[in-house]
Amino acid sequence: MTLYIRFKAQDPIPLDLSFSVEAGQILALVGPSGSGKSTVLRSIAGLYRPEETTITVSGKEWRDMPPHKRRVGMVFQNYALFPHLTARGNVCAALDEKGSNGAKEANRLLDLVGLGDMAERRPAELSGGQQQRVAIARALARKPDVLLLDEPFSAVDRPTRESLYAEIEALRSELSMPVVLVTHDMDEAQRLADRMAVIDQGRLVCQGSLAEVALDPKAMRVLGLRQTGAVLTARVAAHDTDGITRLDHPAGALFVPQIREDIGTEVKLRLLAHDVMLANAHPSGISALNILEGKVVSIALGDGPGAMVHVDAGGEILLARITRRSVATLGLVEGSRCFAVLKSLAIARDRVHR
Amino acid sequence: MDWQALNLSLLLAALTAAVLVPIAVVIGRRLALSKSKSLPVIEAFIALPLVLPPTVLGFYLLTAFGKGSPLGELWQTVFGHSLAFSFEGLLLASIIVNIPFAMQPIQRGFEAVPQELRDAAACSGMSPLETLWKIELPLAWPAVLTGAVLTFAHTLGEFGVVLMVGGAIPGETKTIAISIYDKVQSFDARSAAEMSAVLLAVSVTTITLTFLMSRKIGRRLS
Repeated sequence: MTLYIRFKAQDPIPLDLSFSVEAGQILALVGPSGSGKSTVLRSIAGLYRPEETTITVSGKEWRDMPPHKRRVGMVFQNYALFPHLTARGNVCAALDEKGSNGAKEANRLLDLVGLGDMAERRPAELSGGQQQRVAIARALARKPDVLLLDEPFSAVDRPTRESLYAEIEALRSELSMPVVLVTHDMDEAQRLADRMAVIDQGRLVCQGSLAEVALDPKAMRVLGLRQTGAVLTARVAAHDTDGITRLDHPAGALFVPQIREDIGTEVKLRLLAHDVMLANAHPSGISALNILEGKVVSIALGDGPGAMVHVDAGGEILLARITRRSVATLGLVEGSRCFAVLKSLAIARDRVHR
Repeated sequence: MDWQALNLSLLLAALTAAVLVPIAVVIGRRLALSKSKSLPVIEAFIALPLVLPPTVLGFYLLTAFGKGSPLGELWQTVFGHSLAFSFEGLLLASIIVNIPFAMQPIQRGFEAVPQELRDAAACSGMSPLETLWKIELPLAWPAVLTGAVLTFAHTLGEFGVVLMVGGAIPGETKTIAISIYDKVQSFDARSAAEMSAVLLAVSVTTITLTFLMSRKIGRRLS
């Protein structure tokens, strides 16, 4: 199962993009609000029809298929559960099997999302996170060829979101179809997705692996400098007793607030560019624990006071956003040796994961 | 107490509601989903019987049903009797007069069903008809009931239009409202009082039911 889409439209929402998603792969569609992310999802589901549409799922054309004939599972931003039906009723509504077989399958899906004992409750009697799980179970009940998630975590609080992320990760074995996740949260995209596509004003700005997109200046412009950060790959080396986990990276040891992954596990960390400081000599007498040695690859001066410095740190690119004044003071030029300095506590736990 | 008139009124009210409610469900749902620019014009036409004096409406209906009109001629040819001053004519008039009473609450009821639920139903594999049956009607049924109840109650009380197109033929077109008028005209205050009390009771019950229902739909969708 592979999903390929191409949409083109002028009014009322301009669209001009194409992408494909492999089976079992999660593509994060990232972009500012109003960029057309949700419209793309709605178009795949058939709820919206762009003037020119190509949607192929495993070589089958979906363009002229009405929405209820398309095998899509959709999780809506506000869940859109049927208020008059119980959790089980909501799941059953999307099942092909009726009667006792349907009830059995609905129970299996509710168990899968950890709601086995709440099958009889109506949406109004469930918390936001529980409603979200019912919505996921209902989407899977459709036995979808394509799973669409429309900002599914935006309406729940942070701790609930954390547990839902874990839930999705645990569900990965069930997700054998292409998955498109719409989000505006880079951390969420990094956590859940295999690939990322950045869109703006209905156009694809760039797409690729998370590390590739993170370094793409076009993506930076769309997502904003505050969201910009490079992705490094490191290996868990030790869990120290003072709540710090040590990671090994070719450019030096990295110390992060304790994470759960076992020793030896490979993890990816997203380091926000504005959290990274640069020094032209190995700093000492400093509270920051992370000091990575590297070499300046390029310096992009902005119109304002800032500059984006690409640093080669052990073969991976690290981004540092510092002032132009500092670039001048430190005498940084392409090829300069430098040290990237980063507070451990600036590396939030949700930016480190497998 | 004119039982024949009461029975006739109840039959007329029940038939009017039975014919009108399914039509109002189909059209009301369409209007609820419509994004057409001419929607206000359509809605104005539907609301017209609310503001038009019953005698004016009755006059036009009488003209449309009468011998000189195509509809009246056709009816005469097919059924062998006149449409005006017949129960069928009265029923047709009653349906037209009651359009806003059935349509407006039902349209509002469908408007109150969030579009997202229709989308979710489609993504769950439900055809538009299944969506109507399994999602929209269960959520909008208090509104449908309100439309039915209002139509029923209003038909019982309709006077002007009935008098214009129906006359007052006992057992055919003489409804309870007309009968009350007749009793008053013939100084039979006791019968008039009895029948008025019956109509009052029916009206109080239906209006109370209607308000209970609209509260219920509000709670259900929140």
